[in-house]
Amino acid sequence: MRPLSRRQFLAGAGATAAATLAPTRAPAQKSGGTLRFVAQADLKILDPVWTTAYITRNHSYLVYDTLFGTDEKLQVRPQMVDKHSVSKDGMKYTFTLRDGLKWHDGQPVVAEDCAESLKRWMKKDRFGRLLAAHTAKVAPVDRKTLTLELGERFGPVLEALGKPSSNVPFMMPARIAATSADEQIKEIVGSGPFRFAKDEWQPGNQVVYVKHADYVPRNEAPSGSAGGKKVLLDKVIWRYMPDAATASAALAAGEIDWWEIPPIDFVPKIEQTASLTTFLPDPLGTQGWLRPNHLHPPFNNKKARQALVAMMNQEMYLQAAIGVPKYYRSCPGVFACAGPYASKAGAEGLVKQNLERARQLVKESGYDGRPVTVVHVTDIGFLSGAALVTRELLTAAGFNVDLKAMDWSTNLAVRAKKDPPDKGGWNILHTWWMAADVMHPAVHFGVSGAGPGAWFGWPEIPQLEKLITDFVRATDQPHRKQLAEEIQKIALDEVAYVPWGEWFLPTAFRKNVNGILKFIAPLFWNVSIA
Amino acid sequence: MLAEVLRRLLATIPVMGVVALAVFALLHVTPGDPAVIIAGDYATTDDIARIRTRLGLDQPFHTQVAIWLGRVVRGDLGTSIFSGLPVSTLIGQRAATTIWLTLFAMLISVGVGVPIGVVAAWRKGSWLDRAVMVFAVSGFSMPTFWLGFILVYVFAITAGWLPVQGYAPLAGGVGSFLSHLILPALTLSVVYMALIARMTRASMLGVLDEDYIRTAFAKGLAPSGVLVRHALKNASLPIVTIIGIGFALLIGGAVVTESVFALPGLGRLTVDAIVRRDYPVIQGVLLVVSGAYVMINLIVDVLYVVLDPRIRY
Repeated sequence: MRPLSRRQFLAGAGATAAATLAPTRAPAQKSGGTLRFVAQADLKILDPVWTTAYITRNHSYLVYDTLFGTDEKLQVRPQMVDKHSVSKDGMKYTFTLRDGLKWHDGQPVVAEDCAESLKRWMKKDRFGRLLAAHTAKVAPVDRKTLTLELGERFGPVLEALGKPSSNVPFMMPARIAATSADEQIKEIVGSGPFRFAKDEWQPGNQVVYVKHADYVPRNEAPSGSAGGKKVLLDKVIWRYMPDAATASAALAAGEIDWWEIPPIDFVPKIEQTASLTTFLPDPLGTQGWLRPNHLHPPFNNKKARQALVAMMNQEMYLQAAIGVPKYYRSCPGVFACAGPYASKAGAEGLVKQNLERARQLVKESGYDGRPVTVVHVTDIGFLSGAALVTRELLTAAGFNVDLKAMDWSTNLAVRAKKDPPDKGGWNILHTWWMAADVMHPAVHFGVSGAGPGAWFGWPEIPQLEKLITDFVRATDQPHRKQLAEEIQKIALDEVAYVPWGEWFLPTAFRKNVNGILKFIAPLFWNVSIA
Repeated sequence: MLAEVLRRLLATIPVMGVVALAVFALLHVTPGDPAVIIAGDYATTDDIARIRTRLGLDQPFHTQVAIWLGRVVRGDLGTSIFSGLPVSTLIGQRAATTIWLTLFAMLISVGVGVPIGVVAAWRKGSWLDRAVMVFAVSGFSMPTFWLGFILVYVFAITAGWLPVQGYAPLAGGVGSFLSHLILPALTLSVVYMALIARMTRASMLGVLDEDYIRTAFAKGLAPSGVLVRHALKNASLPIVTIIGIGFALLIGGAVVTESVFALPGLGRLTVDAIVRRDYPVIQGVLLVVSGAYVMINLIVDVLYVVLDPRIRY
């Protein structure tokens, strides 16, 4: 397939956006009622710092609030913070909390709570750890003011605090935030717009949230996780329905109001139903990965890894994994194509497939014919499709392939094994990340070259680590952009991983639901039900 | 009789012990590691090792078994690795759904399966008999999930008479409770209805040729009296056996039905726990369910004595 130019790509993306990202109708602003929602997964873990699970992040957006939020245009804006200032040398940030913030137990939110919450988050999150490594002190000044003093220069402080995806720096009372980051919190008390009804929580079935009557929203229009979180619903009930056909029938029958992520093959039927509609809430999308294991032959050899880039045909992967062209797009780069660091620098190999070159690189790598173990996750459709395409392309490039079928949970255990493939390890796996998690180098696991400390596959590329440190220390955007391009060039040359495109997942709801906001997670403020 | 029941109750203890050991051993040879799942994407090898230690998964097999059995003896089934809720609470939240579903499905299975089996045997070779056998073969052949979706399409989506999914507790009103249970119970019951009908027919055919049945008819007794009081009672042992087995199978078969109708029952709890390798939940549920199996078998054995006083243990 002929590669798209950037101009063509943007035009296409714009047209798709115009067609499918049409904003929901003007909210009726009717207050009250219960919204029944089918969540993407079962909520099992309630601690948003302890796990990176998206379902826990989504739950936490109801229950907890954040110092800063990210709006639809990916701009970081104050949320719990009323005013903030930065010292002239850029080393001291002062935050003043808004008036009227209260925890769900009725206690006022104080600066000490926020300082403790930040400290716990900074022990666990990748961006948080980077910030912690540059921070000298986070401390309350008085009941409403806290400061963050840097020990070394760190550019994206506010981006870190307004980070939209896992782990999000959600605020908790100090006594709860004092829990070790390796332990789950026992008490769910937030200051967010909804209160978690623990007595009604039934793992595997339902989660119930009720309106936090004392919540004081900002006096602004809502936008993403920023702006005024005006609550129009009395109650939100999350249901877990593992069977898509059941969820589809329940939506059509009016037994549920909103289905977070219907499988793409259900979408045409939903769109034909007069009472239902669909919407693309996440304008950034999701990125697919092919990850080689850098520890073992043949992919401990750079040329063998480069063959993976040469064989790549994103369209082929997306067709097999997603299937409906209006919900996917090629994205030849490691950073999200709709994000601020999208670039084609060093990505020529991803634009045009070159199997001849792939075969040549395999020969030059000295590949000895040993089987390449490809993890084949069979219970997640798009990952299964991607693995089958990889098998075809690897075979065409001259590798002998051993496709190892397993379920997702087994895959999680297998991918953590550093053993050689013939002793239970692996050579290639497939996974996906929301584009918000691959937007820039400080959150992107695929560009980490920290060896044993890197994400599974463990690439050891010291240049990448240095450039990531340079990136977070840079304070001006053009410099950061230039560093991100360098990071991309090295990540693709060393083949830390191979991206196989981006896709978008629509959400479906009944037409009496109004005010759904564009964001990477489902948000329940501003939503009303007629 | 009472002594026999007590003896059998005591005998369940080693049976449950063997079940517990088998479940524990099977889980530990199954691929997958809850520590890795819990650790998430950002975890280092050290993080995973620390979680394994905290969960006790780094202990030798026999130590883990001993710790678990020690807790079980004290009535503590442990805590879910993921939700942090006690396993007994999770089972308590789900048990009512599965119990009601199983009872209703069995009520429908027996209520329909036994009469049509009796009639088929009585009218052997007639169109009625053939119709029952066609139904029985079809009932066996229909996949539960397929039948569930067909019933939902017809009665919930097209007719709008019944809800598509979900469970409404009895405390919320009998009407809502029943309306949510009818379709899942019907879906689950069809295969057992067919099984019971076939077994009843076969068993009745073996009895209807007996001299005492001929005598009963010769005395001028009404066919219903002969069929129910004389024939069915004497043909009932295999039927009771199959009902007992059916109860046990229903608990397992509820997994699919609970998924199709989004019912929060023990079947889905087990499947979700297996997918996540939530060992304490899997072990707890299987122990409770196997206990239920043992009790059902005991009840069936007691019923044998009630139905046929000649039987002695």
